[in-house]
Amino acid sequence: MRNSLKVDGSDPAVSLGTTRVIARLDIKSPQGLVKGIHLEGFRVIGSPEEHALRYYRDGIDELIYMDVVASLYERNSLQELVSKTASEVFGPLTVGGGIRSNDDIYRLLRAGADKVAVNTAAVRRPEFIREASRVFGSQCIVLSVEAKSVPGGWEAYTDNGRERTGLDALEWIRRAVELGAGEILVTSIDREGGRKGMDLDLIRAVGTHVPVPVIACGGVGNVTHIAQGIEAGADAVAIASLLHYKTKTVGSIKQGLAAQGVRVRP
Amino acid sequence: MSKRVVVVDYGVGNLHSVTKALLHQGATVSVTADGEEIERASHVVLPGVGAFEDCRREFHARGLAAPITKYIAAGRPLLGICVGAQLLMSESEEFGRHEGLGVIPGRVVRIPNAGVKVPHVGWNSLRPPSGTFEGTILESVGAGDMVYFVHSYAPVPEDPAHWLAETRYGTIRFASAIRRDNALGVQFHPEKSGETGLRIIASFLAL
Repeated sequence: MRNSLKVDGSDPAVSLGTTRVIARLDIKSPQGLVKGIHLEGFRVIGSPEEHALRYYRDGIDELIYMDVVASLYERNSLQELVSKTASEVFGPLTVGGGIRSNDDIYRLLRAGADKVAVNTAAVRRPEFIREASRVFGSQCIVLSVEAKSVPGGWEAYTDNGRERTGLDALEWIRRAVELGAGEILVTSIDREGGRKGMDLDLIRAVGTHVPVPVIACGGVGNVTHIAQGIEAGADAVAIASLLHYKTKTVGSIKQGLAAQGVRVRP
Repeated sequence: MSKRVVVVDYGVGNLHSVTKALLHQGATVSVTADGEEIERASHVVLPGVGAFEDCRREFHARGLAAPITKYIAAGRPLLGICVGAQLLMSESEEFGRHEGLGVIPGRVVRIPNAGVKVPHVGWNSLRPPSGTFEGTILESVGAGDMVYFVHSYAPVPEDPAHWLAETRYGTIRFASAIRRDNALGVQFHPEKSGETGLRIIASFLAL
């Protein structure tokens, strides 16, 4: 357990960064922001750019654009959207969905992304992680894992929770980190869109399992759920519904977290 | 008068974001690897994302070492970002040992995995190693302001005079900003650090 998250920042022995609050925007072509439940049944919410800009102005720590239909078309279609977003959003942006080659990564980075999230292509050919991290650096390669609870642990899925991989999620994450993944985005398929709290056992298992940062996603319905995820070991929490449906603003989330003793960027 | 900024394009890095941030501050920007354009620039930005060795190789493959070294030697303002800042150092230990431009003596080292996660991803603060940021491009950075980092390696200049800002992460203290005369480097991403970052870019353009 990392109770040390609550250590005062002036502690000279170990200096911890801040915990990130990340907005995750699932995007379905043509360029609509959507939200599903358990990664299915997408409902269109609005323009991703407008939402991204609002969250940026409100002080979001990072944005994730996830192309949720990319695997259908075997390509990421977000390059133009990334480029437009980066013209007005001067904050960090991670892009995922349908990324299968170093060329794909190159194009997205050049358009304004800082990191890319890979899933299906890495499952199919794990060496892709090594090749990508070797060229772009580990800090750029996020492994996205869609985890579903099974007896004795979690199984990794792809294609928004539709396709089983047969891989034990923790084992897969450990291997991906060895290959060079610099961050793990772990989404609980069971909790996603449910707003009833995060899968804390999953976060605890992943957080203590790897030396790289972990972004936890799935199940946040209120600020306490975020704080619980961080307490369980997440270095960042990605939220969607809570922001997209304007239940909370970025500012009120951060104030709530600070009040619960979480170190956040003001 | 509008500043004529060259963003050095050597096939790596997030050129679009830094270009947009410079345009946002009213600069005229050209994205190029052309030595003559570098020669004519009022300001040069050297971006960089990825592994040090790949950046270094591409940098040299495009014949940039001579024009950039000449530009720096003339005392004109240059801002390296992330790996672009690391290139200013003598050497890096990423994937073996590799020589940098050697503008600033010292090494680029891996952040130790002691009590913290590596890569260092997220927002952290900048502190003046001694005194204040007054009169530097970080003058507008207040005590509570944070900037965005995403890196596993960090520069550690030998000469304290080359430390413009320090940041602590885990058990390491690294130079989050470095300088030697008008050659400047930042390990964080000012183009991704919101208003704090845009103010730093504006201060650089004012040099």
